[in-house]
Amino acid sequence: MSAIFNFLTKTRGKNNLHITDMLTYLYLTLGIVIMFGPVLWLILSSFKSSAEVVKFPPRLLPYRQQTIQVEGFDDPLPLFNVQLDNGSTQTMAQVRRIGLEAQMIDPAKPEEIIKVNINNREPIENVYFGLDNFIEGIESFNFARYLWNSVIVTVVATIITLLVNSMAAFALSKYQFRGRQTIFLVMISTLMIPLSVVLVPVFLVITTVGWNNNLLGVIIPGAATPTGMFLLRQYMLTIPDELIDAARIDGASEWRIYAQIILPLSRPALAVLTIFSVMWRWNDFLWPLIVLSRNELFTLQVGLNSFQGELNVQWHLILAMTVLTLLPISIVFAFLQKNITTGIATTGFK
Amino acid sequence: MALATTIQRYLSKISEGIGQLFVNFFDLIFGSLQKLIGLKAMPYVFVLPNLLIFGIFILFPMLLNFRYAFTGGTSFFPDQREWVGLANFKQLLTCGNFLDPNSCREDLFWRALFNTGGYVVFQVGLMVVVSLITALVLNRKIRARGFFRSVYFYPVLLSPIVVALIWKWILQENGLFNGILTSFGLDKIPFLVNAQWAQFWVIIISVWAFMGFYTLILLAGLQSIPANLYEAASIDGADEWKSFWNVTLPLLMPQMVVVLVLALIRAVQIFDIVFAFTGGGPGTATLYLVQYIYSKGFASPSKQFGLAAAASLIMAGILIVLTVIQQIIRKEEE
Amino acid sequence: MKKLLLILVLIFAVVLTACGPKNTPAPAVDEPAPVEEPVVEEPATEVPQPTEAPVAEELEVMEPVELRFSYYADGNEADVMQGLVDKFMAANPNITVVLDVVPYQTIDEQLPIQVETGEGPDLARITNFGAFRGKLLDLRPYLEDADYFEANFPAPVLAAMRSEGDTTALSGFPDALTITGPYVNKTLFDQAGIEIPGEGTTWQEWTDITKQVAEATGVQYAISVDRTGHRFAGPAMSMGATLIDENGNFTVDTPGFRAYAELINSWHEDGITPTEVWLVGDSLNSCIDFFKSGDLVMCMSGSWQINGLVNDVGDAFDWVVVPNPTGDGGSTGVAGGSAVVAFADSEHPAEVAKLMEFLIQPENFSEFSANTLSLPAQKEVASNGVAFKTDQQAVLDALSVFTNEVPKLQDQAVALNVHPYAFAYYRNSANRIGQYLTGELTLDETMQRLQQDIDDAIAEANQ
Repeated sequence: MSAIFNFLTKTRGKNNLHITDMLTYLYLTLGIVIMFGPVLWLILSSFKSSAEVVKFPPRLLPYRQQTIQVEGFDDPLPLFNVQLDNGSTQTMAQVRRIGLEAQMIDPAKPEEIIKVNINNREPIENVYFGLDNFIEGIESFNFARYLWNSVIVTVVATIITLLVNSMAAFALSKYQFRGRQTIFLVMISTLMIPLSVVLVPVFLVITTVGWNNNLLGVIIPGAATPTGMFLLRQYMLTIPDELIDAARIDGASEWRIYAQIILPLSRPALAVLTIFSVMWRWNDFLWPLIVLSRNELFTLQVGLNSFQGELNVQWHLILAMTVLTLLPISIVFAFLQKNITTGIATTGFK
Repeated sequence: MALATTIQRYLSKISEGIGQLFVNFFDLIFGSLQKLIGLKAMPYVFVLPNLLIFGIFILFPMLLNFRYAFTGGTSFFPDQREWVGLANFKQLLTCGNFLDPNSCREDLFWRALFNTGGYVVFQVGLMVVVSLITALVLNRKIRARGFFRSVYFYPVLLSPIVVALIWKWILQENGLFNGILTSFGLDKIPFLVNAQWAQFWVIIISVWAFMGFYTLILLAGLQSIPANLYEAASIDGADEWKSFWNVTLPLLMPQMVVVLVLALIRAVQIFDIVFAFTGGGPGTATLYLVQYIYSKGFASPSKQFGLAAAASLIMAGILIVLTVIQQIIRKEEE
Repeated sequence: MKKLLLILVLIFAVVLTACGPKNTPAPAVDEPAPVEEPVVEEPATEVPQPTEAPVAEELEVMEPVELRFSYYADGNEADVMQGLVDKFMAANPNITVVLDVVPYQTIDEQLPIQVETGEGPDLARITNFGAFRGKLLDLRPYLEDADYFEANFPAPVLAAMRSEGDTTALSGFPDALTITGPYVNKTLFDQAGIEIPGEGTTWQEWTDITKQVAEATGVQYAISVDRTGHRFAGPAMSMGATLIDENGNFTVDTPGFRAYAELINSWHEDGITPTEVWLVGDSLNSCIDFFKSGDLVMCMSGSWQINGLVNDVGDAFDWVVVPNPTGDGGSTGVAGGSAVVAFADSEHPAEVAKLMEFLIQPENFSEFSANTLSLPAQKEVASNGVAFKTDQQAVLDALSVFTNEVPKLQDQAVALNVHPYAFAYYRNSANRIGQYLTGELTLDETMQRLQQDIDDAIAEANQ
């Protein structure tokens, strides 16, 4: 027990590679496998054909059966390794299969048909990263449009979220006014109630406002997030009031105090809220699904779900389109990961 | 490289310009407004946009839920719904024995309630422990800390639906894990159709999906602990174990509380991951409260809005009671 | 103070509208619609739409009209429908039809609310025929040949869309007929050297035979049925269940219903069925994926799977459709399918009717059936026969087996699909039987709970 804690609690100390250091790197390597492995599996699966997706046991890489163009046949024929009666194996092309019997030919001698039991043949396959699913997916829905809508929703919603919440946080942290405590408490008390349990009344409000089938109906309702307001307020409380008083003496308007003093100083907290807002909006599914039912307004998340029918799910397309929706946010993360993680870390959350 | 820095310089110039424009433009409006109404009224101006959106799209619908809870019928418009008094609550709370869901009129509600309770306890516990261990490991002297920090954070970016899809693809009967098991000549394990396994995996994947965030919070806390405190402790003869208990944990308490509270809130609200992952199954083993409310009110074509609203009010009631209890305990500790 | 508030609200509105316009192209498109009347001669009449439409047609100065058509797809239906819609638009240049391809979840959960709030589309493809009663448009006054429309579709389906007391309204048509039935892996039977049993085989016999086949061939699973009350109903009725009586009331607890639930339970206990189908929760679970991968001898599903089987099984094995097994109640599948309906809130009823009439024309209807490999619900098309677009004999064989199942449908098997409260039965039955199979509920409790669920939903709807 003590040994485990020895390992866990030691802050950076000695320089030699101790057993605990090895354990550390073991834990971290395992972390890479556990955190990235499942996503990698998704990406690999997205290259598989609809038939291969349901195969068991699943194979790590996507495969495709090799084919060969044989004279006298219009379509390329699939290739098999065939175990012949005399015990030898030969590469042969299959003309057709009837019941338990396959009619095979030697590509070199296309006129001679040999009948083979289907258990005596093995398909010859090679690894194939085809883009077929991606192309079919993109072609069967208006990918560019959905991408554009997703970007619009994400960007506009994030800007509004930042603006509206930082203004409120500023007022609630830097002023004494009647109702301040009440407003704060009411907002915080709704933190625990998820949107999913009040869907019906929220949708009623949206309809009354006339934002049904309108991107505003997706953007606005989530813009005043109590979580974001709370986060910013807590951070702004740590900014000394003297700065504000000094600015007032200099004759700055309240807006300038907010925009030129408070906002720049709250940058880490704003960065965190930005990350979360982008994430929420980009990934949001249930609410857009409810508000939007016209194709030209669909976001990616809603669009890719049109492959879910009543009776059938087109898995290969869902997998491929899911990977596509993952790409942008993953790329942004790859470039900004340092800023993002340090941003969250330095906000403090006290 | 030079090009990159030039681009960066230009970009920052542009954003600076936009920033200036933003400040000056709104200053025109807000500045004159301030002259008109005075400094005292300004905080109201700043809260107003948030308050309007919050009031119209969050608070008002929540209050509207009361109206739904006390009315019946399948109509969507509150004014067309018939007043039924406490009937919905009665239906939810009629039980032969409150510990046995089977004896309740609305058995699914009670199953969901108990499942949620169990889930919250185990998930939050595991979440805190795993995040803490990871934060401690990341706090050691390691190479490429920034990179590893990002590794653990990456799943936080994924949507719940994607998380569920990924893991379903791994855990289902014909999935990756069972493929690996059979390739070693072992039997398949019914990860999704055995109640205990399903509950276990729901906890694991929800921890997987969000532990990176809590790890960062805890890591920041660990890094703010001054190193000389450890030195002092070791001079006093404390071993690692002791200095963990006496130095690290107490000083990490503020962050631990934040993590605990945030994890609790999220755990109670668990819905979309599980909905897409097990759909509440096998049977009702992973049916949680929010899914119950969603499927009674919105998803089910039977549109029992009243029942769903009543259930959501009961849920809110429980949460309020829990918060109050927690506050009392905290006050007493102080 | 009041003045202050007003100013603030105004500012807020300005901020909002500032980000508004670029996100809201939709209203702009809709805008021309309300100002359509003034061009025509009669200036005074306020709501003359029914009489006005033909006039506008004669004048040939037609306002451009946009129709929204919400459509979900299980396979290639949306592509085929888009082709038909394009053809329609080419013939009617003033009408634009936008086919909104949406997730099925939208049709099932959100569309009813959209329609109730008056925000719905002009047309939609739906499966729950009873859900929109009273909200649908009566096409009859706008149709050129209403008699043809009425005569060529099954009366019970047309009746299911009418509101109570109405006996004449025509609000939509079934675009495809589906019927439930079992798929069998023929190659496995051949390998086991066992003959596929013919008509009149009971479910118990099928269970035993498929088990033998699975054992002989080393395949993991013998038999399974999709997880839904819809697929459950056929076998239960075959085993003697009377789910719906003459008055349209649901009775769950019958010996036949229990017998089939117990049979499925025995599959689970014997380990001869893929447990993920019934035990994983609240979503559609079909046994067809296990069937496609070759791990399952027999999968009770329905006629809509043919297209997917062609694509995904390919040459891996031979599959056939067999007649529904029999029992104390005879042999029956369950009818199903989707319908295209028009909504009463549509501002362009005449154009909607025109599109509807276009879609039911034999050439167009059969084009849809032929390309989607679905059984035609249009009588003229059905009697002329459809030239299905396939080069596979297995597909044609399967379609003909399903076609032969149609006349054998029991009355209740047709009535279930068009029953206004079928939705209350479908999902709840799957969930409750799932609970029974995991052991959470006894069979007695299952029957009682399920009946309660259905009664509750009906009571709520009638409140």
